[in-house]
Amino acid sequence: MLGQLLSSLTDGLLLGFVYGLAAVGLTLIWGVMTVINLSHGPVMALGMFGTYLLFLKAGWNPYLALLAVAVFGLVFGFLIYGVVVHRVINAPHLSTLLATFAVNMILIGVGTAVFTTSPHNIDFSLGSLEVGPIHVPATRLVAALGAVLFTAALYLFLYFTRPGKAIRAVANNRKAAELMGIPSAWILALSFGIGTMLAAVAGGLIATFFPFTILSGGPYELKSFVICVLGGLGNPLGALIGGLLLGGLEGLIPAFMPVSWVPVVEFGLFVLVLLFKPSGLLGAK
Amino acid sequence: MRGWKTPGFWIPLTLLFGWGLIILIMGQDTARETAFTLMMFVAMASSLNILLGYTGYVSFGHIVFFGLGGYFGFYLLSQHDWNMFLAAIAGGALSAVMAGLLGMAVLRLRGAYFALATIGINEAARAFVSNFEPFGGATGLFVNFVVYERYGGAGSALWLTFTLLWVVTLVLFLVSFLVKHSRFGLGLMAIREDEDAAMVMGVKAPQAKTITFMISAFFPGVIGTLYFFKNGNVEPGDAFQLHMSIESLVMVMLGGQGLVLGPLVGAVTYQGLRGYLLTSPIFKDLHLAVAGVFLLLIILFVPAGAVGWVRGRFPRLRRFLE
Repeated sequence: MLGQLLSSLTDGLLLGFVYGLAAVGLTLIWGVMTVINLSHGPVMALGMFGTYLLFLKAGWNPYLALLAVAVFGLVFGFLIYGVVVHRVINAPHLSTLLATFAVNMILIGVGTAVFTTSPHNIDFSLGSLEVGPIHVPATRLVAALGAVLFTAALYLFLYFTRPGKAIRAVANNRKAAELMGIPSAWILALSFGIGTMLAAVAGGLIATFFPFTILSGGPYELKSFVICVLGGLGNPLGALIGGLLLGGLEGLIPAFMPVSWVPVVEFGLFVLVLLFKPSGLLGAK
Repeated sequence: MRGWKTPGFWIPLTLLFGWGLIILIMGQDTARETAFTLMMFVAMASSLNILLGYTGYVSFGHIVFFGLGGYFGFYLLSQHDWNMFLAAIAGGALSAVMAGLLGMAVLRLRGAYFALATIGINEAARAFVSNFEPFGGATGLFVNFVVYERYGGAGSALWLTFTLLWVVTLVLFLVSFLVKHSRFGLGLMAIREDEDAAMVMGVKAPQAKTITFMISAFFPGVIGTLYFFKNGNVEPGDAFQLHMSIESLVMVMLGGQGLVLGPLVGAVTYQGLRGYLLTSPIFKDLHLAVAGVFLLLIILFVPAGAVGWVRGRFPRLRRFLE
C-alpha cells in the first residue's frame, strides 16, 4: 500500500514538473502584459503533433525534435503577438481574451481538419527505472528533467541577459521601460514567443508518454490556469511549484477516492484560491 | 422613463414579434424547429449581453445557467409532474439564485480574474452534474410521453413551447431595454467604464453586479427547461455544451455589445453563417476555423460590432439602433 502510494506520488510529481513548465509559459505572458492566453492549449497540442511528425516522418529522436518544436513555438508566438495581440494590447480584457480565443478556434479548426480528432501516440520507450517499490518509466524522468532544464534556462535568461532584463523591466513598468529606450513592442513579442515556446515544449514532452489528440491541449490549458492561480499569476517560480502541487495531488487523490473526483478537487481548489487569496499561495508578481 | 417613445425600442421588439407571428401563421413544423433553435441563440446572446455589454464582465460560463436551470426545471417536470409553465419559471429561479450566490463570491473578482473563475465554474458544474444521482448521473433524465397529452398531444406541445420561447424572448428584450435606460443601467455602464470611479460616485457596484448577474442567468434557466421539454430528455453532454458559451460571446460581439439590437443581429448572422459553412463542401471541415477568423476580424477591426459600427458611422441612425 505504502509502496503503491509512493509510486503514484512520484509519478504525479514528475508529471507536475511538465505541468509547471506549461504554466510558466502562461504566467510569463500574464506577468509581462496582463493577457490571459486562451490559445495556450492548442499550442501545446501543436507541440505534441510537431514532435510526433518529426519522430514519425523524419525519424528524429523525440528529444531532438523538441528543440525544433521550441524554435517553432518561439516563431509562432511572435506571429500570434504581431498579428493578433499587438492591436488589442491596450484594449479591455474582453478584447484580448476573445482575440486569443479566436486563435484557439482557428488552430483547433484547422488541426481537426488536418489531423482529425483520433488519438495518436509516439511509440518510443527508454525502459524504466526501479528504486525499491517505485517504478518509473524513464521517459517521464527525462521529461521532468527537460522541464527543469527549460525553467532554469528561462531563469538564467531573465536574470543575466539584456533582453531578459528588458522583459522584467517591461513587466515592471512598461512606460518607464520605454522612456529608458527599451523597444517595448519587441520585448512584448519576445515574451509572448517564449510563453508559447514553453507551451509547445511542454506539449512535446507530454507526447513522449501519453497518447494525444488535437483537442488534448484543452485539459492541460485548464490545469495551467489552476497552477498559475495556485502559484500566483505572473510568478514563474510559483507556477513551477504550483505544478508540483497539482501533480502531487493527482498522484495522491486516486489512492483515496475515485479518479472522477480529481477535476472536482482541482477546480474546487482553484475557485477557493481565487476567492480567498487571489494573489496565489506564493504571492503574485 | 420616456425610452419607449424612441424607435430604437420598437424596432427589435417589432422584428421579434413579427418573426414569431409569421412562424405561427405559417404553421410548418420545419420552419418552427429552425426558428426555435435560432430564437434560442438570440435569447442566449441577449441575456449574456445584459452582463457582458452593460457591465463589461466577461463570463465564459453562461451555458451553466442554461444547463442547471434546464436540468432543475426538467427534473420537476418529469419526476414530480409539475406543470410546464411553473417548471420553467422554477428553472429560471434556480439559475438566478445560483447566480446570486456565485455572484456574491465571484463578482468581487475583476476583469480577467472573473473570466478565469467562470471557466472554473463551467468545469465544476459539469463534473458535479455528471456525478449527481437525482439528476440521473451521466445518463440523464427522460420525460414520460404521457406528459405531452396534458398539452393536447406532442404536436401541440411543441407549438406551445415555441410560443413560450417567443414570449420569453420578447420579455427578455423588454428587460434588456429597461435595464439599459434606467438609473440602474447607467450605474452598470459607469462600472464598465471605470469601476472605482463609479463606486466613488455612489454606485453600489457589488450589489448592482450581482443583480445583473441574476437577471442575466434567469432567462437561460427558463429557456433550458423549454428546450429540454421539447427534446424530451436531458443529459450532461447536451446541457453543458461549453462551446455554446463561447458562441454566445461571438454573437454578442458580432452584433455589438451593450446594444439591445446587437445580439439579435449577431445571433441571426452567426447562425446563418454557420449554416452556410456546415453545408458548403469547401468549408465543412473548417467551419470552426472560419468562425474563429471572423471573430478575430471583428475584434481587431470592428470592435463595436455590426450595429455599433453603423451607429458610429451614421450618427443619425442612433435613434433607431439602440
